[in-house]
Amino acid sequence: MNATPLTLDSLPEGRKARVRELLSTGSMRRRLLDIGLIEGTNIECLQRSPAGDPVAYLIRGAVIALRSEDSSRILVD
Amino acid sequence: MGLTATSTGRRAADSGLVIQRESPDDRVIALAGNPNVGKSTVFNALTGLNQHTGNWPGKTVSNAQGRCVHKERGYILVDIPGTYSLLAHSAEEEVARDFLCFGGPDAVIVVCDATCLERNLNLVLQTLEITSRVVVCVNLMDEAEKKHIRLDLKRLERHLGVPVVGASARSSRGLSDMMDRAAALIAEEEVSSPAAVRYAPPIEEALALLEPVVRERTGGRINARWAALRLLDADDSLIASLSRFLGFDAAADSTLRAAVEQARERVAREIPPGELTDAIVSGVVRRAEEICLDSVFTDDIRYSLRDRKIDHVLTSKRTGIPLMLLLLAGILWLTITGANYPSQLLSGLLFRVQDGLTALFHWLGAPEWLHGALVLGVYRVLAWVVSVMLPPMAIFFPLFTLLEDLGYLPRVAFNLDRYFQRARACGKQALTMCMGFGCNAAGIVGCRIIDSPRERLIAILTNSFVPCNGRFPAMIAIITMFFVGTQPGLLPSAASALLLTGIILLGILATLLVSRLLSGTLLKGVPSSFTLELPPYRRPQIGRVIVRSILDRTLFVLGRAAAVAAPAGLIIWIMANITVGGSSLLSLCAGFLDPFGRLLGMDGVILMAFILGFPANEIVIPIIIMAYMATGTITDMSNLNELRSLLEANGWTWLTAACTMLFSLLHWPCSTTCLTIHKETGSVKWTALSFLLPTAAGMACCLLLASAARLLGLV
Repeated sequence: MNATPLTLDSLPEGRKARVRELLSTGSMRRRLLDIGLIEGTNIECLQRSPAGDPVAYLIRGAVIALRSEDSSRILVD
Repeated sequence: MGLTATSTGRRAADSGLVIQRESPDDRVIALAGNPNVGKSTVFNALTGLNQHTGNWPGKTVSNAQGRCVHKERGYILVDIPGTYSLLAHSAEEEVARDFLCFGGPDAVIVVCDATCLERNLNLVLQTLEITSRVVVCVNLMDEAEKKHIRLDLKRLERHLGVPVVGASARSSRGLSDMMDRAAALIAEEEVSSPAAVRYAPPIEEALALLEPVVRERTGGRINARWAALRLLDADDSLIASLSRFLGFDAAADSTLRAAVEQARERVAREIPPGELTDAIVSGVVRRAEEICLDSVFTDDIRYSLRDRKIDHVLTSKRTGIPLMLLLLAGILWLTITGANYPSQLLSGLLFRVQDGLTALFHWLGAPEWLHGALVLGVYRVLAWVVSVMLPPMAIFFPLFTLLEDLGYLPRVAFNLDRYFQRARACGKQALTMCMGFGCNAAGIVGCRIIDSPRERLIAILTNSFVPCNGRFPAMIAIITMFFVGTQPGLLPSAASALLLTGIILLGILATLLVSRLLSGTLLKGVPSSFTLELPPYRRPQIGRVIVRSILDRTLFVLGRAAAVAAPAGLIIWIMANITVGGSSLLSLCAGFLDPFGRLLGMDGVILMAFILGFPANEIVIPIIIMAYMATGTITDMSNLNELRSLLEANGWTWLTAACTMLFSLLHWPCSTTCLTIHKETGSVKWTALSFLLPTAAGMACCLLLASAARLLGLV
């Protein structure tokens, strides 16, 4: 699991990953923490929206849509 | 928390909320929980009230309260807005936290979603840090069972140290048990001993330094460990609330300040200040994870497969948007076809009543002006509004509520977010637009789900671009008369539905364009953070949906429209019958507006009807008809063919019809909506802009269309 980290927005549909680091700051970071997205959280990319962005992810049993602008600041491996 | 005796009648945390007890013995229970876990369902089941419910996060936007009696004791339940955390990042979270902390509830019930317990436990653990009088209600147990999720509530109770009760609020299962446990806690027959979250050692050491000082300085009026943690984390909003509710100025207290400094230095040796919040939150999240590992079991790992399959159809690249449009057109088609016959029946009936009333007035020997004002004025407009509005609303509202209950609305926001992103707005604006279909005022209140003030203002200012229910019937009537034809059948009604869908799309396009315009000018900025939860699909309770949507929404909206229609009918009749210099006031006003109206492709009467329709859009068409009827006659208003002849006799062409529809879509919001905008923004300036923006857009579009049609010689 020590391969080079990807950003979350590059995770293909149907693939799972583990959060390595949050680069987001400010209100987005707080919001991610609120929904339980901390380092080490398992995350699965479920589905892209019709226009390709946002993307729905499975995070701790809940389905949450994130915009690529935000998910590109989440490192996973 | 010792506030029980003193909190009678005191203003609770939400500045607008005063706890209303019927008896001094009433106890106060706060209902907390993540968004969309069925808190309002629990609230309604216990209080018998009808707080609006639906399957999307953010419906409850302010504290609501209701009373219930359990085993001969009264309880005031306070439904606080759903939040993910109590760290007070948003206005809602601050309201929730302040109420739990300072509002003096005798107990707190935290409602959780059994299908997503782990995330819900974050809030439970944070609440337990504030107060120990907590009952955890694990709601949606029936849903969890369907998804093969097993919960060991006994173990959960052991881990949390407070009562845990399983419930299915929609069928009222488990709620009596829950109230028993809450009552026992309040009566101190049962004592809870919540296990505190243990944080990383440096945080714990700092807390050990700070906690005794906080306890001493606040006189034990709030939970010292929790307050110490928040002070350590530099939570300014709590410092403000402390002085507001306890009269204790934390910032000016030198002993406390010194202790906070010392504690922060202790932490800073190992955790850099920028990472402290993360470390605290992680402590809570990890504890929730541990508890769930030991008490929640998923037999079938693919438990949410059904939802994923539905999502693959409803939100995929190929089918997502076409299906959404098809669904919209389908609902409109059902509304148009379904409403047609009952509308005719109702209007036939109501106009027979009018004949009866006329006979009665004549028999009583009432003066002609009285008969005119009451029967031809008040009653006739009222009858028109009821017969035209009631049937479509009684079909549209339940259908829409079904979609809402099912959980489809957040998917609409998901599908459309990219376009809102391009307009530098929030995708949740789509949710507020959906609400606007019912009533723009409701849509504007719903804008509170958008956190960023800039994006919320954009959503508020553009909400009236979505045609509300009061405008649909007029649009449908005009489409039928001038563009599709009045002959009955499947094809014409499908064509009507498609045309109406097109008009709505035009409204959505206008929303996006104006949002982008605002983002580039008055409300400059970049999109803020965006997370949108897509809740599990839930089977709607069809019977309840129909009853509730008809009772709550349909009759409410109809009642409001009728209240406006009656006086408007009177005013119109008076204007039509008072003559100044040989012509009626009505024709004078219409004549004055006529040149401008014609410039916009309409005429003076239509423009005047829109102005007089400011209190409610529903009465625009009745006013037009009454104004024309001052010169012509019509025997049966429900007959669209006769209506069309009347309109054509007054110079209507397809262009008049098109411009009237366009202006109906794009003009000033109704008075209720304007008042709501003023209440939500607290600003006359923004209210004025929300009035001017759609008006300017509508006038520009009408002018453009009318000039183009005239230049090309199409009329």
